[in-house]
Amino acid sequence: MRLLLSLVVPGLLLGAWQLNSVVGVFSPIQLPPPSAVLAAATELVERGELWLHVAISTQRVLIGFTLGAALGLAFGALLGLSRLADALLMTTIGALRAVPSLAWVPLLILWMKIGEDSKVTLIVIGAFFPVFTTLFLALRHVDRQLVEAGRAFGLRGVRLLTTVLLPAVVPAIFSGLRLGLAQAWLFLVAAELIASSLGLGFLLVDSSSNGRTDRIFLAIILLAVLGKTTDALLGVTERWAVRRWT
Amino acid sequence: MTALLTPGGTHAPHHNQALGLRFSRLGRSFGSPEGKRIVLQDVSLDVRAGEILAILGTSGCGKSTLLRTAAGLDAPDSGQVLIDGDPVRGIDERCAVAFQEPRLLPWHTLRANVAIGLPRSASASTGKAKVLELLELVGLDPFAALRPREVSGGMAQRASLARALARDPGVLLLDEPFGALDALTRIRMQDLLLDIHRVRPTTVLLVTHDVDEALLLADRILVLGRGSADTQEGSSILELIAVPGVRPHDRNSADLGALRSTLLSMLGVTGR
Ligand SMILES: Nc1ncnc2c1ncn2[C@@H]1O[C@H](COP(=O)(O)OP(=O)(O)OP(=O)(O)O)[C@@H](O)[C@H]1O
Ligand SMILES: [Mg+2]
Repeated sequence: MRLLLSLVVPGLLLGAWQLNSVVGVFSPIQLPPPSAVLAAATELVERGELWLHVAISTQRVLIGFTLGAALGLAFGALLGLSRLADALLMTTIGALRAVPSLAWVPLLILWMKIGEDSKVTLIVIGAFFPVFTTLFLALRHVDRQLVEAGRAFGLRGVRLLTTVLLPAVVPAIFSGLRLGLAQAWLFLVAAELIASSLGLGFLLVDSSSNGRTDRIFLAIILLAVLGKTTDALLGVTERWAVRRWT
Repeated sequence: MTALLTPGGTHAPHHNQALGLRFSRLGRSFGSPEGKRIVLQDVSLDVRAGEILAILGTSGCGKSTLLRTAAGLDAPDSGQVLIDGDPVRGIDERCAVAFQEPRLLPWHTLRANVAIGLPRSASASTGKAKVLELLELVGLDPFAALRPREVSGGMAQRASLARALARDPGVLLLDEPFGALDALTRIRMQDLLLDIHRVRPTTVLLVTHDVDEALLLADRILVLGRGSADTQEGSSILELIAVPGVRPHDRNSADLGALRSTLLSMLGVTGR
């Protein structure tokens, strides 16, 4: 039922889109009909290119997100749990966070050339900060009275972490991860727009310079589907973790 | 009758001895933007092993602070707390606290919350049995599988009491443990405390704002408060009164009636 309801609006949009090709409010150059987009997809699939674009983009996001999220969790936990680490590192991390992430692009290209490394690194940076910030703040805001109660009953170290702190921040960890994942896709497109020869971002620039609006739409739709799918997978993990920990 | 209330019950090996406790010239103040605020000042007191000491005092006079120093959750600025002759340094394993708020972990069931109180030495099977017994004793066995947000405030408070009891501590620190209970449940829990104490004597510091409760349960009553209206001064021991007779004290006896008036007037209530 929920699934059906959630499909109502996309269905209506598709209908309106199809209708446009009949009524002609926008020209086919501005808004090609769904059938044209489908044809573009079939063509790229037959040439074996579409799969390459999708695979490389997904791979970049998965690697970049995994590394960025892992670093975000590690640093978020470190600074959230240790006042010393906080005092030592927060100013630096805060300053790095203040740099608009795209400002790193020239430097990354200079250091790592226009290869996979520079793109993945940009995605790592994009995924890192939301995860880091949400976990850090959540750990700082764990109910002090609960922590004290835990300590009063002899919990410390790892046991305090797993019994009190971790369950308290599980929901925050997942909102951080989901934000980080969205950022990862954002930075993927940025990285591929700037310099690449493969990937959905490349498909966007390439189609744009060739005037292939149908392919632009295809790329956008694929990005939406991929983004939504990865987010849904994370959502499933979240439900499992919330059941397990809280 | 359950094993907890039977002398030499199944859990006897884990039972800690009641331990004596001494506050020695204890002082505690808190810094605030307006300067230092002295809360406790020169509190010296010996609590005998196995004694039930009730602590009375007006709100904000430092009762919870006193308990927190005994548990090692708070360090005094001056003086020290000794349990069984050893100074308390940091969180003390010989104590168990039932906080003024229930402070249950919201993601655990009541059963799991009570189990957190079990001493480290308890084996899994005896621990489980003990948790079940305690839940039964505080009347929560039908609700053992519920989460704290699914139960009432009074039920949460009873779970918090059970968690402290699960520890079998040498010193039991209870901060208004019956505050959120209705009159009937309160009486049942007061009886329960005395029953458990009879079978497994432990030293109890019981903070309460209820004079009758103090008279009913305590061997001695400590009245904490400021000696004068001078707000610069911290709370100290205003009075330490031994309650005559054996527990549970009959609050209708003439002796206690007089004591009750004295205590009430000391707390600033007159004509009752
Ligand atoms: N961590 C703290 N920081 C600053 N002030 C504190 C702190 N803990 C307690 N106080 C102050 O110490 C005083 C005594 O507090 P305490 O909680 O011990 O009172 P209480 O006697 O338990 O009161 P109540 O009956 O209302 O529970 C209060 O004025 C309170 O503001
Ligand atoms: Mg208090």
